[in-house]
Amino acid sequence: MYDEKKLEQIKSSFVDWDENKVGKQLSKNPERKETFTTGSDKKVERLYTPIDTAEMDYERDLGYPGEYPYTRGVQPTMYRGRFWTMRQYAGFATAEESNKRYKYLLEQGQTGLSVAFDLPTQIGYDSDHGLSEGEVGKVGVAIDSLRDMEILFDGIPLDKVSTSMTINAPASVLLAMYIAVAEKQGVSPDQLRGTIQNDILKEYIARGTYIFPVEESMRLITNIFEYCSKEVPKWNTISISGYHIREAGSTAAQEVAFTLADGIAYVDAAIKAGLDVDDFAPRLSFFFNAHNDLLEEVSKYRAARRLWARIMKERFGAKKEKSLQLKFHTQTAGSTLTAQQPDNNIVRVAIQTLAAVLGGTQSLHTNSRDEALALPTEDSVRIALRTQQIVAHESGVTETVDPLAGSYYIESLTNDIEKEAMDYIEKIDNLGGAPKAIEKGFIQKEIQNSAYKYQMQVEEQERIVVGVNKFRIEEKDKKELLKVDPHVELLQKKKIEKLKSTRDNEKVEEALEVLKAKAETDENLMPFIIDAVKEYATLGEVCGVLREVFGEYEQSVIL
Amino acid sequence: MNIEERLLKGDKRACARLISLLENNDEKAVDIIKRQYHKTGNAYVIGVTGSPGSGKSTLTDRLTKELRAEGKKVGILAVDPTSPFSGGAILGDRIRMSDLALDKDVFIRSMGTRGYLGGVSKATWGAVKALDIYGCDYIFIETVGVGQSEVDIVKMADTVLMVMIPNMGDDIQAIKAGIMEIADVFAINKSDLDGADKTKLEIEMNLDLNEKSDYRPPVEKVSAIKNEDIDVLLQKVRDHENYLKETGKLHERRRRNLKVEIVQLVEEELLKMIMQKALEGDLLEELSHQVEKRTQDPYTAKEKIISLIRE
Amino acid sequence: MDKPIRVLVAKPGLDGHDRGAKVIARALRDAGMEVIYTGLRQTPEQIVAAAVQEDVDVVAMSILSGAHNHLFPKVVRLLREEGIEDVLVLGGGVIPEDDIPGLVEAGVEGIFTPGTPTKEVIAFIKENIKKK
Repeated sequence: MYDEKKLEQIKSSFVDWDENKVGKQLSKNPERKETFTTGSDKKVERLYTPIDTAEMDYERDLGYPGEYPYTRGVQPTMYRGRFWTMRQYAGFATAEESNKRYKYLLEQGQTGLSVAFDLPTQIGYDSDHGLSEGEVGKVGVAIDSLRDMEILFDGIPLDKVSTSMTINAPASVLLAMYIAVAEKQGVSPDQLRGTIQNDILKEYIARGTYIFPVEESMRLITNIFEYCSKEVPKWNTISISGYHIREAGSTAAQEVAFTLADGIAYVDAAIKAGLDVDDFAPRLSFFFNAHNDLLEEVSKYRAARRLWARIMKERFGAKKEKSLQLKFHTQTAGSTLTAQQPDNNIVRVAIQTLAAVLGGTQSLHTNSRDEALALPTEDSVRIALRTQQIVAHESGVTETVDPLAGSYYIESLTNDIEKEAMDYIEKIDNLGGAPKAIEKGFIQKEIQNSAYKYQMQVEEQERIVVGVNKFRIEEKDKKELLKVDPHVELLQKKKIEKLKSTRDNEKVEEALEVLKAKAETDENLMPFIIDAVKEYATLGEVCGVLREVFGEYEQSVIL
Repeated sequence: MNIEERLLKGDKRACARLISLLENNDEKAVDIIKRQYHKTGNAYVIGVTGSPGSGKSTLTDRLTKELRAEGKKVGILAVDPTSPFSGGAILGDRIRMSDLALDKDVFIRSMGTRGYLGGVSKATWGAVKALDIYGCDYIFIETVGVGQSEVDIVKMADTVLMVMIPNMGDDIQAIKAGIMEIADVFAINKSDLDGADKTKLEIEMNLDLNEKSDYRPPVEKVSAIKNEDIDVLLQKVRDHENYLKETGKLHERRRRNLKVEIVQLVEEELLKMIMQKALEGDLLEELSHQVEKRTQDPYTAKEKIISLIRE
Repeated sequence: MDKPIRVLVAKPGLDGHDRGAKVIARALRDAGMEVIYTGLRQTPEQIVAAAVQEDVDVVAMSILSGAHNHLFPKVVRLLREEGIEDVLVLGGGVIPEDDIPGLVEAGVEGIFTPGTPTKEVIAFIKENIKKK
C-alpha cells in the first residue's frame, strides 16, 4: 500500500526509533515482561507499522464489506442496516419452564430464540432411560416427544421468530418435531427460519454428545441438507462450530483451522452424496468463540471469513455469492468465567462482546456472570442481554463497518492467523481430511497440548486470571444461584408414561418399522423421522431404532 | 483380610490387591505365589503386540467377547509406558474395553512399565500368575507397542498375536528384522482401509522367505471396530494353541520361557545384592566421580564392586 | 522408585466436557502418578468395577452437567458396598458451594471447583491417601 521508496524510508526511520528512542526508554525502564503474547500465546511486537502490511493489496486482500473475499464483513451495511441477532441460549428443566423463560427474553428485547437441551435429549435418550439418571433437565430442557416440543413453543409464533437449536447427533429428530409443531400452528416449513447445530465432527473432537459412528452421522447430516434445501429453504442446516474447540483449549488459529477443516469435510460429504455445492452452501453457518484477547479475536473472525471464501471459491468452485460468505454466531467464552468474584465476569463478557461485534458477527449469545457455578438466574441473564444492548446503542462501534480495518496490527494478525490455519488444514488434508484426522487423534492432541500449556502458564503466574491467581479475596458473598428442581426427572417419567398410554401405539410401531427399514437403505430419512414423531414416537424410540441399524460411536483415548 | 483365601474363592479385589503387592515388590505377595504356584499353568496366555494405533485394545476387547460367549473366564493385562521423567503414566487402554468392565468373568488390569524396557512391566510376570491362580482360562497381555527392543512378550506368551494395519510402508522394512519372527498369528486390523490386501501379501512373502518350522503363522484380515472376522481370528489362535498342545511344543516353549524367567529372577537378585553394598557408604557415587575424572576406569570400578560380594 | 499412587480419573454420566479431566490426568502423570483414564459416559457401576480391578488409591470424578449430587454419592455408596473404605474419592467440575457440604458428608473428601490449580489437587492427594 506504500511505494518502494516511502517504505524504505519508513524501514530506516523505524530502526532509528527502535534503537534510539526505545533503547533509551528500556535502559531507564525495562518492559513488564520478556515476551508479550496474545491470548493464544502468539508473540506480539512492540509496534506495528506500514512495514508489516506492505505486501497487502486492498481490493485483493480486504475488499469491501459484502464483496469477495469478505474480510470486512459479509454484508455491505452490516450493523447500520440491522444489529446482530441477540440470541441468548436458554432452556432448563421442563418445557413449561423453558417456555416461560423464552417469553421473558422475547419481552426483554431478545430477537431470536436459542434452545438448550438436556444431555439425555442431546444423546437420544428418554428421561426414563438408565443413563439419564441425575441428568434430566439439568443443562437444558428435556424433550422426550413432540408433546414436549408443543409445550416448549406454546404461544410462540414460529413464523415470526427464528430459532436456533443446539442439537447435534439427533438433530434430524428435533428438526422433525419443530416442523410438526409449526404445522400445527398453520406455519408451512418454507416459512421457518432458524438453525440446528448439527455438527457431529466437533462432538467427536471436543464436546462428547455423539451417538452414531462417523459415516452414519454424515449420512444423516447430508439427508438434512438435501431435505431442507427443498422443503425448508430458509433454515440454516448446520452451524459448523469452533466454540467448543476453543473451550476445549485450542488457540485462535486452531479454532479457525479445525472448524474450517470440519466445514470442508461436510462440503465433501454433501458433494459425494450428489448435491450441488451452490444448493446447500448458502445455508452453511458457523459458530465461533469470543475470547479475552479482543484484538486477536477480531483478527480471527476476519481471517476465517477470508479463508473460507477462498476455500469455497478455489477448492470447491462455488459460484453463488452466498456460498462464499462465512456467516457466524458467536458465544462469549464460558471457560474464561471465574467462580471467584463472579461480578468480574460481567466485565469480561463486555470485552468479549466488543470483540464479536468488531469482528462482524451475525448473532451473539453473552454468558451470564454466575455461569461458572450454575445455569443463570433471571437477573444475571438480563444483565448479559443488556451488555449486548449497551454495546449496540451506546458504544459507537456499530456506527461504521469494520472500524478496525487498516490497523497495522489487526491486518498483520489477520494474515498470521490465516496462514497458520492454512498450514493446519494442509496437515489435516494430508491425513485424509477431518474425519481421518479425528480418528488418528491429531486434532484432539493439538487441543490438549494447548490446554495443558495454558493451565501450566496460569499456575506459574505467566498468565494472570484476575481473582484466581492474582487480586484474590476471601470469597464470602454468596450469590443467589439457580437450582433445577430434582423432581423434573420424575415429572418427565410420568409424562412419558401418560404419552405411551394415550397415543396410538400401533401406528408408532409401524412408523418405527418403516424408519428401520429405510435406515438400512440409502434413502433420505427425514420424511420417515417426521412421520414417526407425528405419531408421538419418543426421541429415545426413534434414536433407538437408528442405534440398532447404525451402531454407536466408540471412543478412544488420546491423551 | 486374607488375600490368599479370597483369591482362591475368585474374589476380584483380592486378585487386584495381589497384583498391586507384586508391583510393589512385596514379599507377602511372593509368598502367596509360592504357595499357590502348583495351581498355575492352566491359563492360556496370548500376547497382543503391534504398533501404537494398530487397534490392539479394541481387538482384545472383541476377542474377549468371543471367548466370553463360550463361557471362558478372561484376564487382560494392558501395559502402557511409564514416563521416564516423572515416573507417572497415563493408562488408557480400558476405554476401548468399557463394556467388559461389568462382566464378572473378565478381569482387566492396567499396568505401567515402571522403567522396564521390553514392552511389558517387571510385575507382568507375577500378574499373569495371579490371574492364573484366580482362575482365568485365557489371559491377554497387551504390550506397549512393537519396536526393536520390545520383544519380551515372547518370553511370557503361549501365542503371540501381532496386530498390524495396512499401509505400514517403510515400517514393514523396519519391523522385518527379528520382530516378524516372534509372531505366531498376524492380524491385519482396519481391513476396510486401502492396502490391506497388499500388506497381507507382503507379510506372506516375508514368511515364505523365512520358512523354517512346520508351523506357518496365518495372516488374517479383521476389522475390530466393525467386529468383522473376529471369530476367524480367534480360530487361528486356537489352531496355534492346538498345534502346540498336540505336538508337545507347549511344554517346550513354557519350559524355555520359565528358564528365562528363573535367570531373570536370579539376575535381579544378584544385582540387588551387589548394588545394595555399593550404595552403602556411597561407594558407587565415589567411583563414578573418579571414573569421570579419569583417576579410575569403569572396568576397575566394576571389579571393586564385585569384590564386595566375594567377601 | 517409590510406588506410584494409582488414580482413576472418570467422567460419570453423560457430560462430554473433558478438558479438565484430561488436564488433571496429565498433571497427575507429571507428578509421578499412574492415571487410569476411563473416558466419557461411565456409569457409577463401571467406575467402581474399574476401581476394584485397578486397586486404585484415588477415584477422581469430573462433572460439569449438574448431575453431581446424584452421581458422586452413588459411586461412594457402591464402593462401600464392595467393602472398599480405603480409597480417596474426589470430585471436580461445576459444583456450587452450597452442594459441597452434602457431598463431603456423602463421602467425597475433596471437591475442586473451577480455578483450582492442579498443584492443589496433587498436594491434597499426597496428604490424604490412605494406608492400605
